[in-house]
Amino acid sequence: MRESRIYTPEAIEDESLPGLPGANDDPLKPWDKTTVVGARVPRIDGQDRVGGTAVYTRDISLPGMLHGVIVRSPHAHAMVKRIDVTAARAMPGVHAIVTTESPEAKIPWTLTARGAMSQLFDPHCRYEGEEVAAVAAETLPQAADAARAIVVEYETLPAIVDYAAAAKPDAPKVHAAGNLPSPPRTTQRGNVDAAFATAAAVVERTYHTSCELHTPLETHGSVAQWDSGDLKVWDSTQGVYAVRAGLAQALKLPISSVRVASPYMGGGFGSKLELGKYTVIAAVLARLTGRAVKCVLTREESLRCVGNRPANTITVKVAAGKDGRLLAIDADLVGASGAYPTGAVSGYLMLDLYTCPNVRVRESSVLINAGQARAFRAPGYPQAAWALEQAIDELAAKLGIDPVELRLKNVPTVSQSRNGLPYSSTGLADCLRKGAESFDWSASRTRAASKSHIKRGVGVAAGMWGYGGEPRATVIAKLYPDGSLNINSGAADIGTGTKTVFAQVAAEELGIAVDRVHIEHADTGTTQYAPGSGGSQTVLVNTPAVRSAVAAVKQSVLALAAAELKKDVNTLSVRDGAIVIAGETRTVPFAALRSLAQAQQVVGVGQRAPHPTDKVALPFAAHFAEVEVNTRTGEVRVVRYVAAQDSGRVMNPLTFENQVLGGVTMGIGFALTEQRIMDGPTGKLASGSWHDYKIPTAMDFPFAFTWVSVDPQDKDCNSTGAKGLGEPATIPAAAAIANAVHDAIGRRMTDAPITPAAVVSALATTGRR
Amino acid sequence: MTDRKKDPRDQQPVSRRGFLTTVSTSAAAAAVVGVAAPAAAAPAPRDDTGTVAIVLRVNGRRHRLLVEPRDRLISVLRERLGLTGAKPGCERGECGACTVLLDGVTRYSCMTLAVEAQEREITTIEGLAQGEEVSALQQAFIAEDGYQCGFCTPGQVMAAEGLLRTNTSPTVDAVRAAMSGNLCRCGAYGHIVKSVQQAAAARKTGGAK
Repeated sequence: MRESRIYTPEAIEDESLPGLPGANDDPLKPWDKTTVVGARVPRIDGQDRVGGTAVYTRDISLPGMLHGVIVRSPHAHAMVKRIDVTAARAMPGVHAIVTTESPEAKIPWTLTARGAMSQLFDPHCRYEGEEVAAVAAETLPQAADAARAIVVEYETLPAIVDYAAAAKPDAPKVHAAGNLPSPPRTTQRGNVDAAFATAAAVVERTYHTSCELHTPLETHGSVAQWDSGDLKVWDSTQGVYAVRAGLAQALKLPISSVRVASPYMGGGFGSKLELGKYTVIAAVLARLTGRAVKCVLTREESLRCVGNRPANTITVKVAAGKDGRLLAIDADLVGASGAYPTGAVSGYLMLDLYTCPNVRVRESSVLINAGQARAFRAPGYPQAAWALEQAIDELAAKLGIDPVELRLKNVPTVSQSRNGLPYSSTGLADCLRKGAESFDWSASRTRAASKSHIKRGVGVAAGMWGYGGEPRATVIAKLYPDGSLNINSGAADIGTGTKTVFAQVAAEELGIAVDRVHIEHADTGTTQYAPGSGGSQTVLVNTPAVRSAVAAVKQSVLALAAAELKKDVNTLSVRDGAIVIAGETRTVPFAALRSLAQAQQVVGVGQRAPHPTDKVALPFAAHFAEVEVNTRTGEVRVVRYVAAQDSGRVMNPLTFENQVLGGVTMGIGFALTEQRIMDGPTGKLASGSWHDYKIPTAMDFPFAFTWVSVDPQDKDCNSTGAKGLGEPATIPAAAAIANAVHDAIGRRMTDAPITPAAVVSALATTGRR
Repeated sequence: MTDRKKDPRDQQPVSRRGFLTTVSTSAAAAAVVGVAAPAAAAPAPRDDTGTVAIVLRVNGRRHRLLVEPRDRLISVLRERLGLTGAKPGCERGECGACTVLLDGVTRYSCMTLAVEAQEREITTIEGLAQGEEVSALQQAFIAEDGYQCGFCTPGQVMAAEGLLRTNTSPTVDAVRAAMSGNLCRCGAYGHIVKSVQQAAAARKTGGAK
């Protein structure tokens, strides 16, 4: 219920956590060479994923389980006047109904420093889809029938969904205090105004990006079950610990009485990092009925109620000297939070992507009568890149400098936002150079113009991700007498291959095969703390802890072996699941160690060490796109793509490539098709399905796709050398496509998505066909 | 991307959306066009509780069931037969996560009434593996990492199975068209298409299932 901190500016504070007890003792140096880490290892849970046997929250069925259905406000802004549940209560199979009038309705929601802004069932409905009641019944159809039979009388109120209009003083108020919950935040360095006066070239433009919806294939949902006052919840979540903390607070339970598990989950993209109302509703209904209750959202509910990437309006002005060095960036970013406050913009790229002495960033978020925004794969960054990277493109043209060259002139070596600390590694220049080489950039740029109505163009954009992760994770490793290993970590595998990478790290450190490693994960009742799997932090935060736990196991098993074999421990090492004795050809398999059999298990505990205090470890990227624009229909197709990523060590090329594919695919949706459409007068969602809200399909992905890894061999970021990947793989994608469209048709497409209508309209004004 | 112009029905003999008759194919959403479904099986006897006695043949086994006329095939498979491989992603014919084969042809089980599926051979993802041994197609998805979160994967695999049963050596464009009715929000399309191509090659050379 409290906004996940991963993406707020304050979250950067989380990076400087001192570390858990013992974590500072981590002496592990990065590997010099690896055999399992870095290999194309197929997923260790692949068989379950392709066999239909992986059990997702959606698939869980418990004895006596009831089904919960939520009644939601059909109005964008309304007050509940009366609720009549008489008919619904009498319907077959109905076990419990809770409404705005029930005691449970009062559970505080949207907690801020100034108190709760809402409650579980709030009679004041501030967006279409806000929860007003819920039913538990024997079957899902019965629950749905009963939910429809609940009569709710509303007094409708004026609603506002246009965030530019909502910022005006006479706009309908989403909350009594107004639609600007906090004053705009300005961050600056240098003297921006003076710098613009001396510049050789200045560009300025206003860009708009549309609201995007996460639409994970598995909708949000939970199953709740009580046992002797303890609550067990299966939740489709990226962060079991955040959900546990929220549940304990909402239901006034000791943390130790709440168990949250998410064994398999069907996608989140940031929308599943926090506790949802549906989880609390399932728990409340389960308590009232004494039965397990499953509450899973429909696709329509998921489109309205569980987050979005907010629409942004970004005005950016960039200046450079004749030599192409950036002199000043001035950016104003405004975004729509939805009905409750959350940061809706991020100007971090303006501050830190390029070396620039004078920067001013103004960030503001506006409330509207729509579902609250949530973190969405690199929150704020693709929007900021859309504006900044198009501006840099325009500036390059004005200066007569190649866009890749212009970017190379401004690659930073220090983090300007973090006291000028140096980066542990920055592969941005290499991403630009190697990406350009792979793309054949220069030749592609100068290709002769097409005479047909299909125009081709190429574009480049750069990006970085400004969150280094919460260095706080514990892992327990257990070696068994047969030489197999159990890794216990609370991290969720949201589909990125987390479990497989953990197994590779463990196998590497202990010298055993990957298939000897079993991963036990994402269950607060049985596994160890890990931060939410989001913000590109999962691998870089957790794998050093995995390695550290296994290193402790190795140390212990070597000590056991030394005593048993009567050897100096310093002469022993591990390889291929066995103890290797220096100077001897024989090896002793772990399974042959009598002392290990007697001990039954050897346990090692690993803690994530804090980040280095004198360096900043962040990932970078540069993307290159080629598009075809049909000037008759306005249709844009991405036909060729190169993504160059500096994410530190590539732990697994197979899953790494998949993350990049996914990031680029999402960028294609951002650039070309995805757009939440609200009806202005009613405030209702008009794009409430996948027919109307269009995400890319297999037809839209460019199969002329190449990814280039720029591994800077970072020895300082952490003990496994990995940096983040999920977000930087999507950040520059849409901007690269927009720049390619400009190259193709000579029009600067300021609004995302670039729809066929927008292209045709842009060409109609002063066309080049 | 050249075959967006082609009519996807060329690759899809029967609509996967069953009774939906018209669906827009513009831009990026699922590109399988609905056409009228063949007539449902002979009327089943109704009892006085409003349920209908039917027999479903699923993965070679016969199941006698009492269902409501409104029950969709996906809910009967998942909730009555415990076959949770077919996933409800949208429950209205948009995403393909619930794809099964009806008489060997891909079909959205969320847009198919259970009563409609009588007398048809229903194949679900659970029917592809032999015990713990997955099929060559499934193996190809593992080898090529043809998934991420995995929630759409059973549907992707069944769409691929449907394609390979009718077209043993599909071109890349044919694979993309056949798979375009299955959304993957993680965006693993590049790997999914590779998986299908690899499986097609493996079936030809190895004669594997």
